[in-house]
Amino acid sequence: MNVKTYSKDQLLAWYETMYKMRRFEEEVFEFYKQGLMPGLAHLYMGEEAVATGVCAALNDSDFIGSTHRGHGHLIARGADIKRMMAEILGKVDGYCRGKGGSMHIMAMDKGILGANGIVGGGIPIATGAAYMAKYKKTGQVAVSFFGDGASNEGTFHESINMAAAWDLPVIYVLENNLYGISVDIRDVTNTPNLADRAIGYGIPGVIVDGMDVTEVYEAAKAAIERARSGAGPTLIECKTYRWQGHHVGDPATYRKRKSETEKEDWMAKCPIDCLKAEMLSTKKAKASDFEAIETAVNKEIEESVNFAKESPYPDVSEVFHDIYV
Amino acid sequence: MKEITYAQAICEALDEEMERDENIVLLGEDISFIGGNFKTSVGLLEKYGDMRVKDTPISEAGFVGMGVGMALTGLRPVIELMFSDFLLVAADQVINQAAKIRYMSGGQVNVPMVIRAPIGAGRSSAAQHSQSMQAMVSQFPGLIVVVPSTAQEAKGLLKTAIRDNNPVLFFEHKMEYNKKFLVDDVVEPIPFGKANVVREGKDITIVATSSLVMKSQEAAEKLEKEGISVEVIDLRTIVPLDIDTVVESVKKTGKLIVADEAHERCGVGAEIGFQIMEKAFYYLDAPVGRVNTPNVPLPFSPALEFPIIPSVDRIYKKVVEMVK
Ligand SMILES: Cc1ncc(C[n+]2csc(CCOP(=O)(O)OP(=O)(O)O)c2C)c(N)n1
Ligand SMILES: [Mg+2]
Repeated sequence: MNVKTYSKDQLLAWYETMYKMRRFEEEVFEFYKQGLMPGLAHLYMGEEAVATGVCAALNDSDFIGSTHRGHGHLIARGADIKRMMAEILGKVDGYCRGKGGSMHIMAMDKGILGANGIVGGGIPIATGAAYMAKYKKTGQVAVSFFGDGASNEGTFHESINMAAAWDLPVIYVLENNLYGISVDIRDVTNTPNLADRAIGYGIPGVIVDGMDVTEVYEAAKAAIERARSGAGPTLIECKTYRWQGHHVGDPATYRKRKSETEKEDWMAKCPIDCLKAEMLSTKKAKASDFEAIETAVNKEIEESVNFAKESPYPDVSEVFHDIYV
Repeated sequence: MKEITYAQAICEALDEEMERDENIVLLGEDISFIGGNFKTSVGLLEKYGDMRVKDTPISEAGFVGMGVGMALTGLRPVIELMFSDFLLVAADQVINQAAKIRYMSGGQVNVPMVIRAPIGAGRSSAAQHSQSMQAMVSQFPGLIVVVPSTAQEAKGLLKTAIRDNNPVLFFEHKMEYNKKFLVDDVVEPIPFGKANVVREGKDITIVATSSLVMKSQEAAEKLEKEGISVEVIDLRTIVPLDIDTVVESVKKTGKLIVADEAHERCGVGAEIGFQIMEKAFYYLDAPVGRVNTPNVPLPFSPALEFPIIPSVDRIYKKVVEMVK
């Protein structure tokens, strides 16, 4: 992990973002266990360095497209965690007034084009935003986050081909956590590195350690600069892993098929703990720096939980609002 | 008789048919190692191996289209879409290809393929995982559309679907999967296009699909205590449509409600209501009523979702409104 290049403040900011994601989702998981959360949620735990590193390289006015596993992407963009939490509980103060839930949080004020319940559904949408930016010469770029599983949908291949042909300012961030629900990507795809697919479209394909926020940041920064300069898209494959099952409540019995210790091996590479350990050992920061951040984040999380619990459900009359303009 | 879940009944139908015919191959996401997202193929990988129970990548257009090719060349694919909403991702292969190939080829070929897909709201799954696609696909000639009610019905109708030589869309209701039902030890295939009068009555007829058959029966029991006699018909298949059974019933009761969970607009109620107007107009004592999901995408929050799901209560109230 290359912490030398970065300032203490920069590194601590990344730590804070990742720690916030982790704590946020621990509370979401609690809601589920206590039966307070309607439906299901797909937790990003373990993958925090990906969204954090990528979004740290974006400008506020840029766009991102998210997925069903979207909490981390939203937090990395600075979305309001109170409104996220309220949405997850189906409350009226949520980002979508309770109509979307965990899997559909959208926050246009943060350039977030929406989480998405359809695997691969968000990839062309982010590509469309990039087309707009190119045509209107706004200087914005779009990042499309999606999984290894989604990279087998036609929408991925169709989008990346168009973006490459037209030099669109878009960055495809493939979060390879090895699984699409129970299906091991290695059983349904014949390329060990999904970034290699970029070759077929004539664009750069980059592989990064998705557990290392500095490595993700460096790759994202280069890809974003390339996109902004008009040179076109990049595919970044982040090798990562999800701590939990596919969604809350999934026992994930399918994980031990290739290696008994697969989960433990990945958990040893925890992006949050590793950054902290590296900063401590290189004397970039003191234990008290982390404590201060953790205390502040925990307070913010607690406030968001209370806010969400206290927010009312939408009135039933809202059912028919917002179907058409 | 035995008590099993709806999911187990589906699994048994698949198993018994696969045992009978080695050309049957299952394709779908997460169907093999974990036995399906809704546990409808548990144990089949172990029994039939991975060429007959294939976990696919997340490529619906691809594997549904492969099903068409397999069916054209002698296999009998049974494809699982994890949610019926994902039919839209594979829509070209279903609607432009499977539905029309026999016709376009002048009858040279058959497409003996089944697509199983869960429908229905009730799990706070929001607008992309709660839809009921049975009405929409019924628009397209060439497709058979099955909407089973109980576990027994699902088992019998799935066997027929697998033996049928047309492309069949088989819609399972996701709220039924974990419920237990009494099912006969031996379930024979149930013919398509024959609606089932599940409860006789004289004041009003409800023709219902899928889960709403059970909900209509529950409403009918309540109504009976209040002196209203309700006839309930399980439609079983939307295509082919057994309008005759509905006409006979309406001749007796003079009133009709069509209950289907898809959106109201251009739905099963619109079709059956129109045909009843054509075929039994002079027997009707009231305009045909319908119980559906209103014309709104399914919201996430239970505070918004539950009020719009067609419920026992909504059926009950519709009957009272029409009979009083
Ligand atoms: C079109 C479509 N097919 C299938 C699903 C069901 N589904 C939801 S998430 C998922 C796995 C996605 O895997 P991946 O893209 O790797 O993302 P991950 O969950 O690993 O983050 C599947 C199959 C869906 N929501 N949409
Ligand atoms: Mg994945």
